[in-house]
Amino acid sequence: MPVSPADLLVSLLLLVGSGFALVGSIGLARLPDFMTRLHGPTKATTLGVGAIVIADMVHTSVTTGRLSLQELAISLFLFITAPVSAHVLAKAALASQARRAAGRSSD
Amino acid sequence: MKLRTGLLPQPVMTLLITFLWVVIVSRFTLGSLVMGALVGLAVPLLVRAFWVDRPVMRRPLLALGLLARVLGDIVVANIEVARLVLGPTARLRPTWLDLPLELESPYVATILCSIVSLTPGTVSVDIDMAGRRARIHALNAPDPEAAIATIKRRYEAPLKEIFRC
Repeated sequence: MPVSPADLLVSLLLLVGSGFALVGSIGLARLPDFMTRLHGPTKATTLGVGAIVIADMVHTSVTTGRLSLQELAISLFLFITAPVSAHVLAKAALASQARRAAGRSSD
Repeated sequence: MKLRTGLLPQPVMTLLITFLWVVIVSRFTLGSLVMGALVGLAVPLLVRAFWVDRPVMRRPLLALGLLARVLGDIVVANIEVARLVLGPTARLRPTWLDLPLELESPYVATILCSIVSLTPGTVSVDIDMAGRRARIHALNAPDPEAAIATIKRRYEAPLKEIFRC
């Protein structure tokens, strides 16, 4: 079976998406402290998952012959929840830092 | 009027949820439409106690322009953050940014802080509506003043224009 342009596009989007997801995880492992580490995963969800979701849209639309939109709902939910979870994590980190500074213990 | 405020506190949200439901079920049948409408009616009623006042959108076209700008920025800045993450981490200059808010509505301030968090390199941590400031953590900002000015120019100014607040 010859490779169609749609296959090429889907493969490219999957590579880009997984590449950014990988960079997000590398960031989580490499960056020095909590606040900088927070930047890695919050970003991977936006572009990494975004590209994978578009790849799935293209693939499903081409193979079934009708426009597939439900994947857009995934990115919509992610775009709403990613900033909120990052915000809550950062707030929790600040609160525990403040508690530690107040003399609770720890290294 | 009673129906409007009593049963349909958020008509736009009801329509959006109904639409999303049909899209996710991915079969346009009367059944999925009715089910979606029921969920769309129930959810706004359940969350009404948490809902903050939403200012009216005055410039919907400008909102679309802002959406396009944010999506573009996400792509550009993701590449930038990938470079930072893979490069030598000792060269990073992480800083706290203290953004003075000109927006008066908590709803619009939330949109601004969500945009800040979605665009890579910055995460909003605290919104203080009483002191009208937002606390933002930047992954690499050698010049905090310039970073604050960029956020204000690129995102806050259009939001102010869109909602006139």
